Amino acid sequence: MSVTYNDFVIRFANVNGSGSASANGMFAKALFRMGIPVATRNIFPSNIQGLPTWFEVRVSAKGYLGRREGVDIMVAMNAETFGEDVASLKPGGYLFYDNTKPLASEFHRSDIHEIGVPIAQLLLPEFTDPKQRGLFKNITYLGVLTALLNIEFDVITGMVSKQYKGKDDLIEPNIRAMEIGRRYAFDYLDCPLPLQVKRLDALGDKIMTDGNTAAALGSVYGGASVCAWYPITPSTSVVESFERYCNQLRRDKATGKSKFAIVQAEDELSAIGVVIGAGWNGARSFTATSGPGLSLMSEFLGLAYFAEIPAVLWDIQRSGPSTGMPTRTQQSDVLSAAYASHGDTRHVVLFPSTPRECFDFAADALDLADRLQTPILVLSDLELGMNDSLSEPFDWDDSRAYDRGKVLDARALDEIGRFGRYLDVDGDGIGYRTYPGTHPSKGAFFTRGTSRDEYAAYTESPAAYQRNMERLLKKWRTASALVPKAEVVSNGRRNGVLYFGTTALPMPEALDNLAEEGIELDTCRVRAFPFGEEVEKFVREHEQVFVVEQNRDGQMRQLLVNELQVDPARLVPVLYYAGLSISANEIQSQIANYYSVNRISRMTEVKS
Amino acid sequence: MTFVAKPAVHHPRLPVNDLGLTRRDYEGSVSTLCAGCGHDSVSAAIVQACAELSIPPHRFAKISGIGCSSKTPSYFLNRSHGFNSVHGRMPSVATGANLANKELYTIGISGDGDSASIGLGQFAHIVRRRINMLYIVDNNGTYGLTKGQFSATNDKGSTNKRGAPNLYEAIDLVSMAIQLGASFVARSFSGDKKQLVPLIKAGLMHHGMAFIDVVSPCVAFNNHNGSTKSYEYVRKHSETVVAADYVPAAREITADYAPGTTERVSMPDGSTLHLYKVAEDYDPHNRVEALHYVQSRQERGEVVTGLLYLDPAAMDCHDILNTLDTPLNQLGTGELCPGSSALTAINESFR
Ligand SMILES: Cc1ncc(C[n+]2csc(CCOP(=O)(O)OP(=O)(O)O)c2C)c(N)n1
Ligand code: SF4
Ligand SMILES: [Mg+2]
Repeated sequence: MSVTYNDFVIRFANVNGSGSASANGMFAKALFRMGIPVATRNIFPSNIQGLPTWFEVRVSAKGYLGRREGVDIMVAMNAETFGEDVASLKPGGYLFYDNTKPLASEFHRSDIHEIGVPIAQLLLPEFTDPKQRGLFKNITYLGVLTALLNIEFDVITGMVSKQYKGKDDLIEPNIRAMEIGRRYAFDYLDCPLPLQVKRLDALGDKIMTDGNTAAALGSVYGGASVCAWYPITPSTSVVESFERYCNQLRRDKATGKSKFAIVQAEDELSAIGVVIGAGWNGARSFTATSGPGLSLMSEFLGLAYFAEIPAVLWDIQRSGPSTGMPTRTQQSDVLSAAYASHGDTRHVVLFPSTPRECFDFAADALDLADRLQTPILVLSDLELGMNDSLSEPFDWDDSRAYDRGKVLDARALDEIGRFGRYLDVDGDGIGYRTYPGTHPSKGAFFTRGTSRDEYAAYTESPAAYQRNMERLLKKWRTASALVPKAEVVSNGRRNGVLYFGTTALPMPEALDNLAEEGIELDTCRVRAFPFGEEVEKFVREHEQVFVVEQNRDGQMRQLLVNELQVDPARLVPVLYYAGLSISANEIQSQIANYYSVNRISRMTEVKS
Repeated sequence: MTFVAKPAVHHPRLPVNDLGLTRRDYEGSVSTLCAGCGHDSVSAAIVQACAELSIPPHRFAKISGIGCSSKTPSYFLNRSHGFNSVHGRMPSVATGANLANKELYTIGISGDGDSASIGLGQFAHIVRRRINMLYIVDNNGTYGLTKGQFSATNDKGSTNKRGAPNLYEAIDLVSMAIQLGASFVARSFSGDKKQLVPLIKAGLMHHGMAFIDVVSPCVAFNNHNGSTKSYEYVRKHSETVVAADYVPAAREITADYAPGTTERVSMPDGSTLHLYKVAEDYDPHNRVEALHYVQSRQERGEVVTGLLYLDPAAMDCHDILNTLDTPLNQLGTGELCPGSSALTAINESFR
């Protein structure tokens, strides 16, 4: 039988709260340490204990890290979902289950391989404590998998020793439980399977982490000193990581005192208010939230836009209101972020795709907020924020100094004539600000939303209002040149594909597959709003642009139509919004289908 | 309506403080509130208190929500930065401002609508966070800026301009503040400068959350037709006020009374306010007793004023968070960025 190396999808079906997460995480990490490209995905319920949860690992020698439909190996450890888990296996796939109790006949499928291991029975004589037995089940199936898939055993045992360092009495039973599984597999199963792993050297200096951790770390490096938040999945771990890294990296050596302040606010309205108050008073500050929080923060975001106050907001997107589906991923806050609030408002939005980009954008957002004196919204999502994925390592240039933007200190105030907070001195729409308490007699001003002149004096003059709004628009144009540029790959193809955020993960695979079908596309990965010239050019230079996004209403497409005044017919929506991350198959089939339906010629047809 | 700066002429006979500054150096722009509005008296009391304390007039951060009361930070301390933020959300903005720079004196101005209705949650939580600030509510029992609707501090049974009674229970912010952990809680009356100025001074000097509920009459929406009141006081600069509706000037309500006595003050709408000055032997350090006292007097229709609760040793939010002595907004790249070598180790932890 021919052997396939490093190319499969394995899914672990567990019960939430059963301790499976650490065993599953170790599985993925072991493959990573063997130099094999892996991507992990958690599909979890809005629940702490008891409901089904799945953990999926995609293993791909080619480095395809997006979600792929179809499961090759199912580790079915949840009786409740057993039926659907069996059904989700591809023909020829492997069903791994605990056969302490025999498999009910209705679950048999003739087109798959069944691998039963009596895990519960094996553990019974070894561990007396039933709770321990429950936990070690996970480690035992990990042991079986090392044998079945040919995972280097010392890589895994090394990880166990490291994980329980300091709690040495846990190392021995963990390794024992793993060896029980491994020994059973060698004794009773055909090992290894034709689907297996093999050490590769495909990762270079890559790291494996999640976007929320990266965002937190980038915020530490970028100099955020005030953080306010209200817990909401999937954003919570941004602040939890920020706190952990601050405790580690931001304490004064001499006194142990904190060079940061974190407030768990009473709600998101308060969280953004704290951020704005701190930004107004010259401290770099940020919050992290998700869709419902963004909605609550909208009034304040408008104020910060008009009052021109730096603030950074991370929105780790999820799907609609309430609980349940909301702990699934989506890109559905694009419009509500871009145009949040009342009055004429438009906000700078960044769209990171990888943990490394989360790190970079976290620091860049703090610079941009100060430079542009406005809120910067960073749109990540559950897929990026909470799943470990491969990433370039984080990097920091020690010669980099924070860009605090146009701030006048006491000396500068002495040197200038009359201070006017909203004077457009440099012609870029950005005025000079002062921090409270700077100067005994100069530079103080009163901050309000609207109703002010260039000197921050109260006025309801229509002309002054309009002048201010025009200047804000000028500032907006300045922003479009300062935000991260889109990543464009243009080879003069007739049509193109435009995407952003986590849609970047399945894109290489989708493009390769499309090319095999004779569909070759130029690409544009949008990284920020306002759109830079390069985005405008990309859209202008392609007959049809497929806009791929993970929401129902084609929100990025609407934004493009609205902002670039493009003929909507030229922007073809490619949408997926079922709560999982978009897969390469999905992108490929929607685009290919469009080609077929509209009889667009393909490369192969042209060639023939 | 445009901003009117006060002429910067110094009166030679005005007293100077320890910094050589007069009260004029602590003033703000000309008020655009109704003549006789209690809120202007509160602003004047703040000016006097800050001048008398000889705090440099640029070392304050003035934050407010939305409402007539929340407009007032424009009308005092012009040399300090002010922020007229969002309705009911002053406490969050003040929290951020205070976390960013612990060295400034943070003054929050709010209204009873701002703090007891839309912002009740923020009020409760800033009190329990113990932000080091002076939090003043200009309490007029009504929504001044939206023209006279009942507010949540309006007493049940009292009537509006058209005679309709308020049907709902009143929220007492003083009782809430005491209960939620404010370490300085006072109530005063905008017309009683003798009492108010010392309280403001004490509140500014207090380390921790200082809350003052200032009963501050709204002359516009409690001054209905047929009122036989005489207007003895005409506000300074009233001619500079340009308003959409004509509002007759009213007398500024003043009260001056000795400790240990009850004073009845006629309100613009004809009702009577009972002011009870806390007895000199009152012990403001017992939280439970203070709460009991305030509420038992309230049962009798009296409003207790004065310094009602004080815990001079309380921690503030910075103490709780153990922040650096240097204000956070003064830390630069060198102090905040851990640098690339730490990052190398962090990268390694992800392999
Ligand atoms: C979100 C929001 N809702 C409603 C308003 C309208 N509004 C402005 S001021 C105000 C009430 C102010 O009452 P209060 O705080 O007691 O201040 P006062 O004018 O009485 O001093 C309201 C409801 C607003 N500005 N914002
Ligand atoms: S409406 Fe009432 S609260 Fe507002 S300014 Fe006039 S008197 Fe003061
Ligand atoms: Mg009011």
